[in-house]
Amino acid sequence: MNNWQNFSKGFFKENAVFVLLLGMCPTLGVTSSAINGMGMGLATTFVLIMSNLVISLVSSQIPDKVKIPSFIVIIASFVTMVDLVMAGFVPALHEQLGVFIPLIVVNCIVLGRAEAFASKNKIIPSIIDGAGMGLGFAMALTILGSVRELLGSGKVFGISIFNENYGMLVFVLAPGAFLALGYLIAIINRLRKA
Amino acid sequence: MEYILIIISAIFVNNVVLAQFLGICPFLGVSKKISTAVGMTGAVTFVMILATIVTYLIQKFVLDAFGIGFMQTITFILIIAALVQLVEIILKKVSPPLYQALGVFLPLITTNCAILGVAIMTIQKDYNLLEAVVFSGATAIGFGLALVLFAGIREHLDLIDLPKGMKGTPAALIVAGLLAMAFMGFSGIV
Repeated sequence: MNNWQNFSKGFFKENAVFVLLLGMCPTLGVTSSAINGMGMGLATTFVLIMSNLVISLVSSQIPDKVKIPSFIVIIASFVTMVDLVMAGFVPALHEQLGVFIPLIVVNCIVLGRAEAFASKNKIIPSIIDGAGMGLGFAMALTILGSVRELLGSGKVFGISIFNENYGMLVFVLAPGAFLALGYLIAIINRLRKA
Repeated sequence: MEYILIIISAIFVNNVVLAQFLGICPFLGVSKKISTAVGMTGAVTFVMILATIVTYLIQKFVLDAFGIGFMQTITFILIIAALVQLVEIILKKVSPPLYQALGVFLPLITTNCAILGVAIMTIQKDYNLLEAVVFSGATAIGFGLALVLFAGIREHLDLIDLPKGMKGTPAALIVAGLLAMAFMGFSGIV
């Protein structure tokens, strides 16, 4: 598999959200607006790239019995870093994402890539894999966030698209997350079969 | 009265799955049959209460005492992972029938974000120990309620003739959306 295929698989063929259905909690929880979705996606991307990098370096030294716990510690350290950096530089976004930032630790995508890819591959492919999967995840979250924001308040990234009086509040609230993601996956399933 | 408010809020108004989006993976994954949904609920309730008590004590007497609050994420996830292993080993030895019932679900719980989420939220909301126990128990009941209701609907969903692209996950997500809408009706209570 060449580098480009390795990078691009995260966007379409093995997109974490739309195809593999991993990492559903942040996907549904933070996508009430496009900017929140994007922030969460990029934070996860950073954690994915860094944890893939470190794990591909050290995994040959870790005994099999403590493999998963050690991976979790590595991932949790980077999540703590992201948490502190975001609290310092983008406090508003940090407030919005709330409990979902520490919860990147239990995002199945991160541990999944560590176990399935980084622990078996060299450093460069691991970084590329992390970047591809992470950016694919960020793309999916941004799309879902945009759709919800557009339907819910007529805006995308805070810019008005429809007129001021427009608003289907339900898409910004909890049920809208399930409905929007359900229909998006249905559309993508249909396109993949065609 | 305070405790009743916490219970009602955690079960109905801020339902952990349908309003806060924690624990979606088991919600979608093990909700195909009511019996597995009940088993999962049992395992989650058990681990959630235990994990909340232990993480609460660690936070108060270790992290806060030494001023190392930034280690929270790392410490909590390790405690939960260790606790799940411990519960599995103890159950296997002490109560084989219970282990039979919950055994398959236990390893899945480490990556259930509801457990870590509740542990962190308890600290953020500044509860005392008793409130923390009540809160985690009620959250687990809310999780079980959503899971069992959802499983009941999904059992019937198999019998319906759906368009091809909608089968499976999309239909399940839309049903979850409708259920979330129903739960929004409780939001006036507290």
